[in-house]
Amino acid sequence: MSSTTQARVRRVALIGNPNTGKTTLFNALTGLSQRVGNYPGVTVEKKVGRMSEGVEVLDLPGTYSLAAHSPDEMVAVRVLLGEQDGEPRPDLVVVIVDASNLERNLYLVTQVMEVGRPVVVALNMTDMAAKAGMSVDPAGLSRSLGIPVVPLVAARGEGIEDLRAAIQSHLDAAPAQPAWTFPEPFAREVEGLERELGQERCMALRALVDAGGTVELDLVASRGEKARQALSEARERLRVSGKVPAAYEAQARYGWIAQAVAPHVSRRAVGASLTDRLDRVLTHRLAGSLVFLALMTAVFMLIFEWAGPVMDWIDGGFGTLGEAVSGAFADTRWAGGALESLLVDGIVAGVGGVLIFLPQIVFLFLFIALLEDCGYMARAAFLMDRVLRFCGLSGHSFIPLMSSFACAIPGVMSARTISNSRDRLVTILVAPLMSCSARIPVYALMAVAFVPDLRVGGVLSLQGLVFTGMYFLGIVTAIGAAFLFKHTILKGPTPPFVMELPPYQRPRLRNIGLRVWDAVRAFVIRAGTIILAISVVIWALSYYPRGEDLREQFQAEREALEARELSEDDRTAELEALDRRERGALARQSWFGRIGHALEPAFKPLGWDWRIGMAALASFPAREVIVATLGIIYDVGDDVDVDDEESRKPLIERMQASEWPDGKRVFNLPVALSIMVFFALCCQCGATVATIKRETNSWKWAGFTFFYMTALAYLASFVTYQVGRLWL
Amino acid sequence: MLLSECQPGQGGVVTRTAGDGPIGQRLLEMGLIEGARIQVIRVAPLGDPIEIKVGGYALSLRRSEAAGVEIQP
Ligand SMILES: Nc1nc2c(ncn2[C@@H]2O[C@H](COP(=O)(O)OP(=O)(O)OP(=O)(O)O)[C@@H](O)[C@H]2O)c(=O)[nH]1
Ligand SMILES: [Mg+2]
Repeated sequence: MSSTTQARVRRVALIGNPNTGKTTLFNALTGLSQRVGNYPGVTVEKKVGRMSEGVEVLDLPGTYSLAAHSPDEMVAVRVLLGEQDGEPRPDLVVVIVDASNLERNLYLVTQVMEVGRPVVVALNMTDMAAKAGMSVDPAGLSRSLGIPVVPLVAARGEGIEDLRAAIQSHLDAAPAQPAWTFPEPFAREVEGLERELGQERCMALRALVDAGGTVELDLVASRGEKARQALSEARERLRVSGKVPAAYEAQARYGWIAQAVAPHVSRRAVGASLTDRLDRVLTHRLAGSLVFLALMTAVFMLIFEWAGPVMDWIDGGFGTLGEAVSGAFADTRWAGGALESLLVDGIVAGVGGVLIFLPQIVFLFLFIALLEDCGYMARAAFLMDRVLRFCGLSGHSFIPLMSSFACAIPGVMSARTISNSRDRLVTILVAPLMSCSARIPVYALMAVAFVPDLRVGGVLSLQGLVFTGMYFLGIVTAIGAAFLFKHTILKGPTPPFVMELPPYQRPRLRNIGLRVWDAVRAFVIRAGTIILAISVVIWALSYYPRGEDLREQFQAEREALEARELSEDDRTAELEALDRRERGALARQSWFGRIGHALEPAFKPLGWDWRIGMAALASFPAREVIVATLGIIYDVGDDVDVDDEESRKPLIERMQASEWPDGKRVFNLPVALSIMVFFALCCQCGATVATIKRETNSWKWAGFTFFYMTALAYLASFVTYQVGRLWL
Repeated sequence: MLLSECQPGQGGVVTRTAGDGPIGQRLLEMGLIEGARIQVIRVAPLGDPIEIKVGGYALSLRRSEAAGVEIQP
């Protein structure tokens, strides 16, 4: 290797306003596939990729200004200013600019140009600009700004090669030189602070304007109170002049931008845009709210409608697979042994039962990806702001909560876009209450097995309504919990709500495909790792110890029965009853059975027998496990007579048939509802708890979420069962 | 008049933005500066927030925040 290739890796930062196509561009430059969506705040952390030999690209969260307010904006600004992870400022900064919204996007460009690095402008979304009747002359703009401007349509890959070339050739270019000046007395104060505090001009400016911002805090930390005093004196002198520092900055920049841009932009009138026409309906007073409610209900109902056929598969499909595996064991010396049981009852019945729900999960993600990519999410946040304000939050909390329908982990992470730390925390604490995709298997199984198959008003299926009801239960509980937190432990003023509403776009196949593919991969990996592991443990706990004397005792009884004088029919019936008793006895004296029986008093108030209780307990690391566990518990007893067709009854039928020792059915509607409510509200996801720990940087809040949700789930499930028992 | 008092369809030129605190600063940075032309497009179903057009794009904000912006119709 020559010494030149060993040279320091050059770092190129992609910065820009939210939703301008930074991640789309990053993916095009690096060949990676980070998530993209049509709303502000998709990217919330720094991502690194390789563009070419020795050149690294950083994708950053969007920010409107270097005055960062929320944690995600802070990441972008700190990387740019060289304050993150001990890394220096990037070697070159690419500012991605939305050509259809040029002036406001150039605001950030002017700030970045003061940081003392070479800057390249990527003029993205030129297709959108053309649709809005605007055309921008890149060469002219480049002359006015004094830096390269490369036109792009990142989503279609147009102009990427030009940008690549511009990046390569400007890695060692001179720093951008601002051509604007600030008015007096603002400029004088900035210069004064520059000298007094020994700071670069851009840092002095930020410290002056962003009262209480990170630059000021860092300065005070390193220079002491003297710095704080100098800053507040300077601000006070400006205030008497009639304007706040921020107004001086904004007016100077926008003023310069207006005269620099005007000659290079031509606008022609176009009719009402698609966005205007759509918004007339989608954000209309009445129609907007109705569309929103109808949309949500329709999706959950549809997911459920799909559940029916899929549940039939469970019955057929993995019963057949189990039989095939058993068939392969037949006549070998392992027949009827532990290995066969592990494969058939543990893995096929456990993991298989969960994997079956993949189609519904694909559908849910498809829907969420469509909403995200077309631009509806920001509208929904606009519609819901008032509702969230009731519980002390703002529309900014809507997107994290809505994303949690897919999975709480990205939901919790996207709370980074919320600037106030208290509001962010409340959002994080309630996000796991939204019903995530991992609840689908539980809801679907219970609804299909135990809710009567009726049609309400001849159309809506009652099962589907109960299924959908669980989603609304999660939403209502989340609103209530947020209200409570915001008025007790995390008391504070209602946060502001200022949000850009991006134009609607036709969803892009690639974005949707990637989102769904990621979900499928994650789901399958979970099934193949954590759920597989738990399934095997549960199988072992419910298979061992085998209790040889117990089996001998039953064998003796069986022989006695064979010897008795009985009609063929009676004998068969007696033998079957004996088999059932043996299965029950073996299951009861397994480890799982013993623990379960010991804990049964805790489960009883919820209407659960030891099997359900243990299945719920085993689901704390990952809630889908309950389906696996039920599959295993109701299978293990069946290891005798595996070739007998009768013993391979579908899980649903075996659940429906299971009895308390006194002969009463275990499962009925109140019990099924109590299980569903428990799973709707309980914090049964190790990964979510770990994410909350990481995002809040404290085990305290992760633990708090876990305990309050679990307690709430137990309580709600208790009430559901007790009330349900009286009424149903 | 104050931006918060405007009905859909009304608008004008900004004469003053208070600019206090992080939200005031954000509004300035988003282009609500003296001389900017703005128009109220619509009001959310529950009466708040409002959607305005400023500098060619759509911005949503609460009435309470819009109360910091004075306009000349
Ligand atoms: N019409 C058009 N759409 C684009 C273009 N580039 C990106 N998009 C779309 O714009 C939306 C936002 O793209 P992202 O790449 O997620 O934007 P971002 O800047 O990373 O957004 P944040 O991470 O939220 O700050 C997506 O729906 C993209 O498909 C373009 O050149 N033209
Ligand atoms: Mg992004």
